[in-house]
Amino acid sequence: MSKNHYRYVLRLGDNALILGQRMTEWCGHSPLLEEDIAMANCALDHVGRARLLLSYAAELEGEGRSEDDLAFVRSDREFENFLLCELPIGDYAFTMARQYLLDTYHYHLFTELVSSSDETLSAIAQKAIKEATYHMDRSRDWVLRLGDGTEESHERMQVALEGMWNYTEELFERDPVDVQMIAEAIGPDPEWLHSKWQADINATIKKATLSVPEKKWSLSGGRNGIHTEAMGHLLSEMQHLQRTYPGLNW
Amino acid sequence: MLKGHFPLWEVFVRGRRGLDHKHIGSLHASDAGQAMKSARDTYTRRQEGVSIWVVRAEDIHASQFENDASFFDPAEDKVYRHPTFYEVPEELKL
Repeated sequence: MSKNHYRYVLRLGDNALILGQRMTEWCGHSPLLEEDIAMANCALDHVGRARLLLSYAAELEGEGRSEDDLAFVRSDREFENFLLCELPIGDYAFTMARQYLLDTYHYHLFTELVSSSDETLSAIAQKAIKEATYHMDRSRDWVLRLGDGTEESHERMQVALEGMWNYTEELFERDPVDVQMIAEAIGPDPEWLHSKWQADINATIKKATLSVPEKKWSLSGGRNGIHTEAMGHLLSEMQHLQRTYPGLNW
Repeated sequence: MLKGHFPLWEVFVRGRRGLDHKHIGSLHASDAGQAMKSARDTYTRRQEGVSIWVVRAEDIHASQFENDASFFDPAEDKVYRHPTFYEVPEELKL
């Protein structure tokens, strides 16, 4: 198995894990009791997806590491998730806007991965697509509600989109890992995903009476281990138990 | 808290195909769509159901406790309303 294949699956797993970890931060703090349960449910879907992907990544790597080794004892420079996943949760508008941008990305990605030449990845995608479909439905609902809601909710949703827009280009970058995955029919072309994603996002933003932010500059690096300041803090919380008591089980 | 502004919904879940919907709990939501999603996440995350109904609590008209005597007591001595006094013909018995 190639190193690129490992990194491709690792990136998918890291996106699921880091976003899932962020979502769990709402547990006990959501604006509504019903949302608290729903957000925790969806967070667990992401962590579950991360487990499948990181287990498989570890298998592809063939160095004897486990999903737990990959999740809990790597440093920030070894994580290859999108920067967008690691940004702090912000307010509920920011959280739901991010969920929507990433849910829509994952919806199109897993739809394509179902027909991947990699059978394991295809099987994982078949499970993930059902969850992703619901996640996207849910987060789109919130973008519409807040965007087309009160003056304050509209303002907050617009500010949220503006704040994360410059991190979205990273979702569709193409490096040698992607090029090889496309060539081997393992993964889809990010450019193709971009057009599907953009059409959905634009339609929802318009329906929500919001405006598509202008792209002023673009930040990336997450996929090569260059992260934002927020990443180290996230990892210190997520990993502290395994770092303090290595190999701890419960 | 926003909760005070959201109306109450009653949730009914059908456990398996062929069974009927049972009242399982309630929640607050701003409209039917949101109530349905919240019901899905609150009441069916452990495979409790295959179908959900949500109903605005204010649309349910309940019998009142103070009417219990006139509503339900008169049925107590009407045993003849049970179909136990009919002889079932042999040919109909399974």
